[in-house]
Amino acid sequence: MSLRRLAVYAAALTLSAWVLAPIGLIGLAAVTSREQLYRWPRPLWPQPITLDTLAFFLRQEGVLRALGNSLVVAGLTILLATALSAPAGYALARYPFRGREAVQLGLLTTKMFPATALAVPLAVAFLRWGLYDTLVGVALVHTALSVPFVVLIVASVFRGVSPELEEAAMSLGCNRLQAFWKVTLPMALPGLAAAAIFTFILSWNEVFAATLLTVNHRTLPALLVHSVVAEGAPLHYRYAGGFFLVLPALVIIFLIRRYLLTLWGVTVR
Amino acid sequence: MDLADGGHQQGKPRSEPTTPYLLVLPSAAYLVLFVFYPMVQAVLLSVTEPRTGTFTLEHLRRMVTDLHFWPALRYTVLITALAVPIQAALALAMALLINTRFPGHPYFLYVCAIPLAVSDLAAGLIWLSLFTERGYLNAILLRVGLLSSPFNFLSYESPGWLVGAIVATEVWRATAIVMVVLVAGLQLIPRDYAETAAVFGASAWRTLWHVTLPLLRSSLQTALIIRTVLAFQLFATVVTLSGRLVPVLAGETYFWYSLYRNPHVASAYATLVLLLSAAVTWVYLRTLRTPEEAA
Repeated sequence: MSLRRLAVYAAALTLSAWVLAPIGLIGLAAVTSREQLYRWPRPLWPQPITLDTLAFFLRQEGVLRALGNSLVVAGLTILLATALSAPAGYALARYPFRGREAVQLGLLTTKMFPATALAVPLAVAFLRWGLYDTLVGVALVHTALSVPFVVLIVASVFRGVSPELEEAAMSLGCNRLQAFWKVTLPMALPGLAAAAIFTFILSWNEVFAATLLTVNHRTLPALLVHSVVAEGAPLHYRYAGGFFLVLPALVIIFLIRRYLLTLWGVTVR
Repeated sequence: MDLADGGHQQGKPRSEPTTPYLLVLPSAAYLVLFVFYPMVQAVLLSVTEPRTGTFTLEHLRRMVTDLHFWPALRYTVLITALAVPIQAALALAMALLINTRFPGHPYFLYVCAIPLAVSDLAAGLIWLSLFTERGYLNAILLRVGLLSSPFNFLSYESPGWLVGAIVATEVWRATAIVMVVLVAGLQLIPRDYAETAAVFGASAWRTLWHVTLPLLRSSLQTALIIRTVLAFQLFATVVTLSGRLVPVLAGETYFWYSLYRNPHVASAYATLVLLLSAAVTWVYLRTLRTPEEAA
């Protein structure tokens, strides 16, 4: 029995190391000086620990603006995706309407169609509509990518709020809208916040569409792809860039660690 | 639904027949405009002559005869075929460990889920710091005395290592989503099944093989198909680790659009990705529907 327990712990530790070690190493690389990153024999431990590499990255042209752009796009995406998905999620959770199955099938199908296939035709269309190379344009695409997921998350959130409470409010004289506003919405807020966080991560991490749709208004991932592929950015720039991409995601996923399984579990159903 | 108080038992709201449709309409319209319209547009662009607007197969011909086309198709399939089974095995190991509910398993679940929040680009840059010539892997190999001069894992001279590095990165990044599906699937299996098997003297292995895995089959299928569809989007990991040394379909879409400024051939690639995804989705829907029809 104790041998079995030992085996379980050993396996868990090994797998944890497999996940954590690369993140630790990029963190280490990000605080290593440029000179040491290129030296051979290559020292494993930075001596001394320095913020020069990170500062160098942030001082590069366009980096701070790209960071800002990423945040603006994510913010717009959250607003749009929530506004569009919340009503649909509510309908799926509460109404047994005809065509419900078709809606769910449609969501499942759209979920499967990748940004890779949508980005080129959208870029062509956006050139015509005056949305090419704008943050709004990128946010519109990110919204399209997140709506199918957010609808499912929101539907499961509303399913978690008992409809009887809503009915009680209605029998006490509220109309449907008031009942929703005063009873259901406050109870669903934490779940809706989790959906917003999911949307943030999706938008923050989206690379392909952002890369194809922007030239002068790149998001951070788009800027990094451009500097790595088209301009051959140096290693320390790449490490610092990777570090800044991962950092917010790590913080956020730590904050919502308790809802991780539910959140992502819903989206893959 | 037709009677005013018919919804009592499940707490259904009284019938307001147009309300659900009005609620669904905005998101449905949005998806039509930003998902279905561009999908149609991708197909049209790939068969339209830009100046005259007439039908042409020229873009498709240019795609298929391009130097990078067959390697891109081959590498996309190869990387998927190598990464997906490893992801499935690792994710199953993680999920089974979590399912033993050992003390500390919530932390283990959290650690395993971290890559969910890491983009393919970030994963590529992270693993670049390991595999590059001055990377951590070479530094460690030097430290333990297996190397004296740095070995270039990411060069065209060692395509095996190059593909290996991409597969490792993909496995690291995308095992998490498979794990989530499997953990959710395991939670649906009643615990007494395994306990009953144990009472009748089945070993842990036999219980896993004959009880747990068959019950987990549909979750496993879902996870595998999601991974396969996502694999056609393989882009940033490959580009950061190999540039264009290992061409892939999504990468070629990017190069044709951004580098060659040819949206038509890029659309041909996009259409191909679309068709492959649709094919796998079709299989997905079929496998999903089977258990329902059987029940």
